[in-house]
Amino acid sequence: MQKLGMGQAINQALREEMERDFRVFLAGEGIGVGIHTSPLMPTTGLLDAFGPKRVKDTPVSEAVIAGLAVGAAAAGLRPVIEIMFNPFFTLASDMIVNHAAKLRYLSGGKTAFPLVVRIKSGAGFGAGCQHSHNLEAWVAHCPGLKVVMPATPRDAKGLLKSAIRDENPVIFIEDMGLYFAPGDVPDEAYTIPLGKADIKRSGTDVTLVTWSKMLGVSLQAAEQLAAQGISVEVVDLRTLTPLDTDTLLASVRKTGRLVVVHEATRTGGFAGEIAAVVMEQAFAALKAPLRRVTGPDIPVPASPPLEQFYIPDAGQVVAAIKEIL
Amino acid sequence: MSIPKERQMEMARTMILARQFEETLADLVRQQGKIHGMMILATGQEAVGSGVCAALSANDILITNHRSHHHLLARGADPKALMAEIFGKRTGCNKGKSGTLHLAVPEVNALCTTTVVGGGPPIAVGAAFAQQYENREAVTVCFLGDGSTGEGSVHEAFNLAGLWRLPVLFVCENNKYAAAQSYREHTPVDSLAARGAAYGMPGESIDGNDALAVFEATRRARARALAGEGPTLIECLTYRWRGHGETDHQLYQPADEIAAWKKKCPIDRLVNTLREAGALGDADLEAMRATAAEAVADAVRFAEESPWPEPQEALDDVWVA
Ligand SMILES: Cc1ncc(C[n+]2csc(CCOP(=O)(O)OP(=O)(O)O)c2C)c(N)n1
Ligand SMILES: [Mg+2]
Repeated sequence: MQKLGMGQAINQALREEMERDFRVFLAGEGIGVGIHTSPLMPTTGLLDAFGPKRVKDTPVSEAVIAGLAVGAAAAGLRPVIEIMFNPFFTLASDMIVNHAAKLRYLSGGKTAFPLVVRIKSGAGFGAGCQHSHNLEAWVAHCPGLKVVMPATPRDAKGLLKSAIRDENPVIFIEDMGLYFAPGDVPDEAYTIPLGKADIKRSGTDVTLVTWSKMLGVSLQAAEQLAAQGISVEVVDLRTLTPLDTDTLLASVRKTGRLVVVHEATRTGGFAGEIAAVVMEQAFAALKAPLRRVTGPDIPVPASPPLEQFYIPDAGQVVAAIKEIL
Repeated sequence: MSIPKERQMEMARTMILARQFEETLADLVRQQGKIHGMMILATGQEAVGSGVCAALSANDILITNHRSHHHLLARGADPKALMAEIFGKRTGCNKGKSGTLHLAVPEVNALCTTTVVGGGPPIAVGAAFAQQYENREAVTVCFLGDGSTGEGSVHEAFNLAGLWRLPVLFVCENNKYAAAQSYREHTPVDSLAARGAAYGMPGESIDGNDALAVFEATRRARARALAGEGPTLIECLTYRWRGHGETDHQLYQPADEIAAWKKKCPIDRLVNTLREAGALGDADLEAMRATAAEAVADAVRFAEESPWPEPQEALDDVWVA
């Protein structure tokens, strides 16, 4: 088993898929020659390995980077593009939301857009709200897009490989706070299917549903509660759409309690969708009202104490669980 | 028309202030670790902010981008309030919401700093529209980088400004790089100024390290705009001495290129011109430097002594109450 950060695991996935399939190419800002040379970043070394034909450093042009992906995918390639920070996805969004997500439908199923939009995301690096804004609920709201948000290096690698092989547009959101912490990654080749949640810790008293960086916070909370005799099941969704309702509902039916944790803001956040699915399909199993632990409804502030206030922590998760026990 | 002496002195003063302010920031980030987050500095580009702002009047509006300290200081923003904001303190000009990247200083009509590349020009179009709508005797200045012209929004803004003859000055700081990409790696033509013609506006390429040339170009463009003749694109040729941000390894910037541009220091250039004209003696220059150093030291002290915001203050200011 190798120990890799999530950035390195993503790097491996990109390498392996590029080696496997010549149609796979990368495009984005600073993905070849960047301002840093850290070996832990997702695209480090790929320009050297595959050359400028397949690793395209682009101008600062999110709309046409996304358009490049849509057109190239329509014409038979398998683009993987990078958006440097989640908020800049909005500049690419016409091509992805109005085009990648809809054109196949508009063609009556005759065309396909196998592309991946890798988005670097997350709060916690002091840059403020034009660099930190978790937009997963926006994209999850678009039929025609799949939305993946890995929490571990192992998952990131396996999910990205599946995303690249998928015939549909996939939004693959990487929390930059996860790039550096090492985790186990199998040495042998593997993929992880999209649309399958993973139970990261089993338990019986309450179901914690989460994804991406908030998995760490959730596991910390579960650990603290275990010491107090409370058994928490932590479900890492990994893929928001398509949503693995089977795993979600089975867990809630087992524990009878639900807390959803995400870093994105609360109103209109994806926790609301999970809550709705559970209410519609497992209402009778609930022993208590569900709870959401999320970022507050504010843009992410830059000042350290304010940004700290924004990001949900284990204390809040523990408190939410205790409220419904 | 000659440039009034007090304007020239003002340019020298604000350039020296911006240089010292940013060198101090670099030290606070790199050596002292006192500031958290990204740090994007404009060392070597000071003549652009100072030359432009010296040619404006108080009513003119500024819309700027991620590399904004030199613009805002030249415009007269309070160094203390800026420094405290950059530290993330409650006394900062934006109460810690912005940090260094989105400084808004409406007190000096700097209405918006956006770090979304290409975000500024469309907003400048709107501000200039308001000025035209109310027949104000004022223009909008929009600072943008060479790399930002890769964004479609910039071209939409140029087109609409040209079409409606809006009183806006697009001041493009061509510092030869967009992050790690050199100019010709992101743009297929040599002149950005030439693009003005495509949108019905004059485009002028000037020496962006010559504050007096920047001043003159701004004054001309402002007069055109006020006469109802519409926007101007001013390409200021300059150079970014430091990396894109303070964590940049700068491996893609040739050392001899940096060294050559350091020889073209915009501050030395204006200072020498003023000296040769007998307008500035050694004592004046020393006094200018000392005043700037004191202002920066005061700003740092103010920022360090200021309280952090209470965490709950994060919830304020989302809405107009
Ligand atoms: C929409 C958007 N895309 C990417 C970025 C990341 N980014 C910040 S500055 C920059 C380069 C901008 O270059 P230029 O316009 O020349 O300005 P300079 O940094 O040289 O002042 C990039 C790519 C961003 N802030 N916004
Ligand atoms: Mg530039």
